[in-house]
Amino acid sequence: MTDDIREPETEWLGMTRRSLLKALVSVPVFGVFFVSFLKKKAADDYRRRALLAELGVTEGGPAVIENAVSRPPSKRIRLGIIGFGGEGESLVRHAGFAHPEWIKEARKAHDEDPRDKELETYLGQDDLNVALTAVCDVFDIRAERGVAASQVAARPGGGSANPPAKRFRRYTELLASGEVDAVIIATPDHWHSRMTIDAASRGIPVYCEKCMTRTEAEANAMYNAVKGSKIVFQLGHQNRQSESHQKAREVVAANILGPITLVESTTNRNSPWGAWVWDIHPQGNPQTIDWEHFQEPAAKRVPFNLERFFRWRCWLDYGTGLSGDLLSHEYDGVNMILGLGIPKSVVASGGVYFFKDGRDAPDVFQAVYEYPDRALTFVYSATLANGNNRGLVFMGHDASLRVSGALSVAAEQESTRFAQKIEDGIIDPSRPMFTYRPGSKGIDAVTSATAEYFASRGLLYTYRGGRRVSAYHLHIAEWLDAIRNGGDTSCNIERGFEEAITCHMATRSYVEGRRVTWDPALRRIV
Amino acid sequence: MPWSSSPTFQVGTLVALRLLVGWHFLYEGLAKLLNPYWTSAGYLAESQWWFQGLFLAIAATPTAVTIVDYLNMWGQTLIGLGLMLGLFTRWATVAGVVLLALYYIVAPPFAGYTYGMPAEGSYLIVNKVLIELAALLVLLAYPTGRTFGLDRFFARAGASASEPLAPAVAGGVRHD
Repeated sequence: MTDDIREPETEWLGMTRRSLLKALVSVPVFGVFFVSFLKKKAADDYRRRALLAELGVTEGGPAVIENAVSRPPSKRIRLGIIGFGGEGESLVRHAGFAHPEWIKEARKAHDEDPRDKELETYLGQDDLNVALTAVCDVFDIRAERGVAASQVAARPGGGSANPPAKRFRRYTELLASGEVDAVIIATPDHWHSRMTIDAASRGIPVYCEKCMTRTEAEANAMYNAVKGSKIVFQLGHQNRQSESHQKAREVVAANILGPITLVESTTNRNSPWGAWVWDIHPQGNPQTIDWEHFQEPAAKRVPFNLERFFRWRCWLDYGTGLSGDLLSHEYDGVNMILGLGIPKSVVASGGVYFFKDGRDAPDVFQAVYEYPDRALTFVYSATLANGNNRGLVFMGHDASLRVSGALSVAAEQESTRFAQKIEDGIIDPSRPMFTYRPGSKGIDAVTSATAEYFASRGLLYTYRGGRRVSAYHLHIAEWLDAIRNGGDTSCNIERGFEEAITCHMATRSYVEGRRVTWDPALRRIV
Repeated sequence: MPWSSSPTFQVGTLVALRLLVGWHFLYEGLAKLLNPYWTSAGYLAESQWWFQGLFLAIAATPTAVTIVDYLNMWGQTLIGLGLMLGLFTRWATVAGVVLLALYYIVAPPFAGYTYGMPAEGSYLIVNKVLIELAALLVLLAYPTGRTFGLDRFFARAGASASEPLAPAVAGGVRHD
């Protein structure tokens, strides 16, 4: 072999050259990693910057949150509740008065599933500085529940327990008692108008549940009364507070979608509860329920009927079924994002196809609204016997916007505006251009499949500064803030009137089996 | 001796394995560090097996999620760097095993468990997390950092210090 004479190895850092090379063997691989990494990062950054610059929408949460309440609640407000059913109890809880039994159950639910944060969210609510001083319900058991809630010890924001509310059998007595500064109305729809008008005549501010009224005539009367009295009025569409709706409005305002020609909103539920087959209270009977008073303003009087009392949404005598219950929410969401107002015309159809339990409110219902001035159609489609979640989609020539708890925007393959970007590979029409998850730090323009999946699951809560809050709570807080400090509510009587008329047009069309239109000059459905 | 038993080949494959796993860790970590919207909450919320309660509680608590997010991002990045450069290799390997075990426990592909998360393959009990974990165990048994990595500098500073290489390699030294 070759000779044994080797050059004396040079020592470097106390190592031979050979040793040193061995120690550094991975450095070239690391170099390759780094170069590839920087290349990929540069490409992603370029894509992201190009996209956001093109879209003209900010990365963070909604830039403007309308009527965000930051002022401390100065004056204590005495609150009355009319109608302490499921919705009434929920509203009062979001104002800071949970029924003690609810607290017990929420605690148990959290112990069983740590993801259940209902109790924590309740206790984390701001103290709105209100006292629940008056409860009115025609069912004794519910009225007593309301009184129990009014003196609950576990109050949000460390608020102290209050003395018990007074129970009233007639809402007129409650309004006249001088015990309330403001009132929440959560009765069935056929009472909303009369109660609001009476409250307005006494200058008492009203938070009223949707649907605003049961009929067109009631909507007109209520509109005039609220306008005339100048009371602070809030209609119960808490979606007004949802961060994703606010962000959606920003996306539409930035004209990312191009001309929107079709908006599709849907309701899919598949349970008896979702179809208003609500529990009949075992103690409900003619002695505990003032039935005659309940049905006083109803279109048709019938003998005492437990189903009609506890499942009132199934009958058009007390409400308008899907139209006033769920179309109203969907419409208000779209109205908030697009500012549509009252449509020109509607054709509605449907039927009682699944829950043939004696109801007359349809369980399958579609309404097609035309807005020729806006060059778009708004379609609502609902079934109470299938749970396939179809969501809410705004369809534009350049992109589609899908709104659920989260929000995602996908470009159109044939988009005019994005044609060059699609050709350049900056935009991939088969994937969302960006998603926005409420509570996350902002828009995600380089969406991975996983992120997309999690965004699509949506969230039950809305967010303020990353903190989870209930939209109901914010909606009530906004109303109370306007009472104390002036200013307008986000779902005021104008928006409420638009909601009521839009829903009633669909109901009329369904009941009369014809296309109905809105006469803006006469302000009448024809 | 077949070529595949040669010490060079054996050490080479071990070092290559270390580099590959390190590359994967490093990129996973950096990708998370540079994505301001990344969060572990979604993954944790899918938890179904051991310590499900703990993982779900973490997912539902913003402060805990923030801490876990940081541990993940920096953990993966530092483990990746360690494995690639052969620096503190033993610590990086052990930490990698622990991290991967946690990922596996959160979402093991057992029969009867289904996840909403998109998956790119089909798995039954064994998934890529488990395989990567096993790869790290191999690297723990046959470390290469003190020979082919920056650990060599520390090894020199310490005692005599050539690390016990793969047995075949060590054996090779002895018998060939």
